[in-house]
Amino acid sequence: MTARLLSILAALLLAACAQTPPLRGTGDLGIVIERATGRVAIVDTTARTVLARVEGLGDLSHASVVFSRDGRYGYVFGRDGGLTKVDLLLSKIDKRVMQAGNSIGGAISQDGRIVVAQNYQPGGIKAFDAQTLELLSEVPANSKVVGLADLPGNRFAYALFDAGEIWVTDLSDPRRPKTQKFPAGSQPYDGLVTPDGRYYLAGLFGEDGVALLDTWRTEDGARKILEHYGRGQEKLPVFKMPHLRGWAVAGRNAYLPAIGRHEVLIVDTATWKETGRVQVKGQPVFVMAQPDGRQVWVNFAFPDNGWVQVIDTLTGKIVQTLQPGKAVLHMEFTPRGEHVWLSARDDNTVSIVDTRTFARVATLPAQSPSGIFFTSRAARTGF
Amino acid sequence: MKETIIALMLAVVAMHASARAAEPDAARRGELVRLVRQDCGSCHGMTLKGGLGLPLTAEALRGKPAESLSATIYYGRPGTAMPPWSRFLSESEADWIVGRLMAGFPEEGPR
Repeated sequence: MTARLLSILAALLLAACAQTPPLRGTGDLGIVIERATGRVAIVDTTARTVLARVEGLGDLSHASVVFSRDGRYGYVFGRDGGLTKVDLLLSKIDKRVMQAGNSIGGAISQDGRIVVAQNYQPGGIKAFDAQTLELLSEVPANSKVVGLADLPGNRFAYALFDAGEIWVTDLSDPRRPKTQKFPAGSQPYDGLVTPDGRYYLAGLFGEDGVALLDTWRTEDGARKILEHYGRGQEKLPVFKMPHLRGWAVAGRNAYLPAIGRHEVLIVDTATWKETGRVQVKGQPVFVMAQPDGRQVWVNFAFPDNGWVQVIDTLTGKIVQTLQPGKAVLHMEFTPRGEHVWLSARDDNTVSIVDTRTFARVATLPAQSPSGIFFTSRAARTGF
Repeated sequence: MKETIIALMLAVVAMHASARAAEPDAARRGELVRLVRQDCGSCHGMTLKGGLGLPLTAEALRGKPAESLSATIYYGRPGTAMPPWSRFLSESEADWIVGRLMAGFPEEGPR
């Protein structure tokens, strides 16, 4: 009798084990957005493979992801206002809320407890409990919100496209947000915070220049840098807005896309003066420094989105021009930067390229891939 | 002579009008649908419900003059983020896109 009971128990235990995924960490995981199908792929950057796919995330035609600090959950912000908490270990949706009509992205607080969405319609930001996705508070803006970035102290900086302002909201008491407002300039299109969390930059579309706020000295307000970088020349048409994030900073310099010019601007972050510019193949969209800062990778707006160029930060020269596929929408470095993953929307592939030799290491299939996000972002301010 | 010139002028006008009304062939229609969904979609959203750019759904465009919408596509709108698309399509193709947008824009076919 006892033996029979034991064997039943053993069988039950085996069945339970069969359903539990093998024990593993999250440091080499990531999410690839498959924009046309409302689906994400969960990827492993060590095995260079797709582990699983998770469906049902709504309209991902523009999407971004931030990670819980343990790297287990990815918060996916979809275009349709959907906020989906994806469990990377169990490959399933943990929670999902529709929080706006038209959304552009989000950020996570320094302590990992608050997830904030930035919205176009209705314009403003909303703060959610990172665990439950319960709405904690909101700051309406009457403008499209761009460039949301987390700052130390559970504060968040963002820019208002229509109102031309930078706002800093303090969510240290998440149900009672306190907001400071600073005039910034004409049509800020995106923003970034430097990796130390001190300076917030908003790129301006409506004028030549970048707005800069020292968040350690907010009493000084925002000032303009790189004024008149277009030198009065007529702008080239911009067929896709550039994106800014903290990876624009390599060593002491920031590398920023010029608007309406086929150039990358180099700015010294000690003086905030331009120290050089690099001619490139088209309108830069992403200008991303490798984790070691040795090279900066650039992709481009339509119709030059089949190209990727690499700038050597020692010489300020282009050292490589690649054609990784049709419509290269995004790039992401492995945590220490030995590889870069590139999504080619119209080839339905993600290419993995060695950052030292520029050789293609692997190619993964993906349906209309756009954004690529690795869990190493979890530990970085501004991601 | 004068009659010939007038006849020629009329012929040119007629050709221009028919060129503007001509529908692109099936392959080109597919390219234009993809261009609108994917590249106009960068700002207006792949579902055309708007983003940094205004919504382009049939409902949002109802009552707007087709000709000025078509000119906005072809020439852009100075002072805004809307660039001119004249490098990538003809005026008659811009007209065709506006017609399709106002009727409810087709989905992309399988690729």
